[in-house]
Amino acid sequence: MPFSEAAQRELQEIIQRYPDKRSAMLPALAIAQREQGYLTPEAYRWVAEALDTSPTWVASVASFYTMLRKEPAGRYLIQVCTNLSCSLLGAKPLLDHLRQRLGIDVGETTPDGLFTLTTVECLGSCATAPVMQVNDRYYEQLTPERIDEILAGLRREAGTCGDDRTAEGHS
Amino acid sequence: MDKFLLRNVGVPDSHHIEVYLSRGGYESWRRVLTSMQPQAVVDLVKSSGLRGRGGAGFPTGMKWGFVPQGVYPRYLVCNADEGEPGTCKDRVLMENDPHLVLEGIAISSYAIEAHLAFIYVRGEFTLSAERLEAAIAEAHAHGFLGKNILGSGYDLDIVVHRGAGAYICGEETALLTSLEGERGNPRLKPPFPATEGLYRKPTVINNVETLANVPLIVQYGAEWYKSMGTEKSPGIKLFALSGQVKRPGVYELPLGTPLRTLIEEYGGGTLENRPVKAVIPGGSSAPMLTAAHLDTPLDYESIAAAGSMLGSGAVIVIAEGTCIVSVVRRLIEFYAHEDCGQCIPGREGIAWLARILERIEAGQGREEDLDLLLDICDGLSGRSLCPLGDAVVGPVRSSLKHFRDDYLAHIRTGQCVQPVAVTIA
Ligand SMILES: Cc1cc2nc3c(=O)[nH]c(=O)nc-3n(C[C@H](O)[C@H](O)[C@H](O)COP(=O)(O)O)c2cc1C
Ligand code: FES
Repeated sequence: MPFSEAAQRELQEIIQRYPDKRSAMLPALAIAQREQGYLTPEAYRWVAEALDTSPTWVASVASFYTMLRKEPAGRYLIQVCTNLSCSLLGAKPLLDHLRQRLGIDVGETTPDGLFTLTTVECLGSCATAPVMQVNDRYYEQLTPERIDEILAGLRREAGTCGDDRTAEGHS
Repeated sequence: MDKFLLRNVGVPDSHHIEVYLSRGGYESWRRVLTSMQPQAVVDLVKSSGLRGRGGAGFPTGMKWGFVPQGVYPRYLVCNADEGEPGTCKDRVLMENDPHLVLEGIAISSYAIEAHLAFIYVRGEFTLSAERLEAAIAEAHAHGFLGKNILGSGYDLDIVVHRGAGAYICGEETALLTSLEGERGNPRLKPPFPATEGLYRKPTVINNVETLANVPLIVQYGAEWYKSMGTEKSPGIKLFALSGQVKRPGVYELPLGTPLRTLIEEYGGGTLENRPVKAVIPGGSSAPMLTAAHLDTPLDYESIAAAGSMLGSGAVIVIAEGTCIVSVVRRLIEFYAHEDCGQCIPGREGIAWLARILERIEAGQGREEDLDLLLDICDGLSGRSLCPLGDAVVGPVRSSLKHFRDDYLAHIRTGQCVQPVAVTIA
């Protein structure tokens, strides 16, 4: 059994909240993704069993939603908003700055598996643009300097302790 | 002006129930439970003139009145999917004043005699969802939710349901389909949700801000509410001001406040004091207005008379020097990305618009392309299954009307002649 007892209990508790257990689809998929990092065929089977439906159906529902990942991402998923309000205040130069700092293009993951860089549509934070989201957290009113601080903070948190130079020095 | 919807925002720990209670919170809920029949609440909201803040501006009390007699159970769904580009007001309420949102949901659920309410929170809003869940737990502990609330015999539970990234799920029928555990495809209306909604039961769907007005209307009365705003657009509204202004932000103003006041007094004017070039007054699908419209009052009727729509109250400001072709292309690419793909006009038409705009922006357009863009809009308008087909025509048509020269410059010179473009790729 790949899914923990805790995940199992959490899902059962969530199912109880709804008049129809099928409504627990998105929460169930979110739990599965949290447990495994992305959605696997195993996850579809797990959710299907709990909700009395078929894995194919679960996979089909999952494919509709962009936050449900069908492949692994880096430890930190950086999503830069490129919708209008953010673009009017410089989303593009910030994206270029991130590309340069991370040495990867949009859609790629750093070789150490730490960062995945993507763009995203409006994050609902337009009045504090430009904005990016790293995993669950919003970073607002971004500048290139602020991005450097954030990256350094994430690297420290991940325990790779070092800035770009030392990372390069190790490799 | 005094703040009502945002009165607790900025108060330390405003998301905790102790702070909310110390500032008069849940008094309206108590008053409703102890002294009002459900129908009296419906009548009160009707007479306040409150209109939906999610985009369409539909009268809230009237919507509640559409719930058919004698059919149970009924559900209330709070639309917290906040996804229309430019819109970021509901998040401010949920993160800073989750109890105001809950109090609004509780009173509204009571009014329509629902015992279960859902808050569909857009998936990215983790903090909002956490604050709401914590607030629900606090409200239960204080007896404001659950069984036999404050000894009234009325029961209510509220469930936070998180989305998973799909703009279309903000549309009410798509939201319900998603909440039922399916792909978030819109359904044809009728039937309207008020008669046949969640699990095919009568369901009222209201926006976060709409519901947050309800405790205020109970507290201060319908006359107070109508004393603000205009006759047809009474009350107060949150305006999310973004784009090229000095002080973007979410501002609470009476409806009918001139656009210029919002941009100049609240927003501090445009960046580098460049003249205003274009304003999108109601979220990214609202047709563009120009500097000539700055004295238009921000209310549903006046903005419609000016050729646009107030929508969710998201005002995006574009200053002189920014290329409108790049702006429109960015907007259309968003809709192409979010299109539900169910119908051919939507799927093909929006992608086609995006390709032509890309070509024009790259300097490879022809003058005939401008008529072609309009023809595609004619083919899309009213013909797509989901509302995105209608959403794209606003920016395209209005920009061709007001900023044709920006397009022609690209076509004739083969390049962008503006200092700023918002092109991403
Ligand atoms: C494409 C589309 C997206 C929408 N997104 C939202 C949204 O994110 N939040 C919202 O409250 N209403 C949204 N709406 C409007 C809802 O369909 C619905 O009218 C609204 O939730 C009703 O609440 P109200 O009467 O309180 O405004 C959207 C509509 C469309 C067509
Ligand atoms: S445009 Fe970036 S958060 Fe809305």
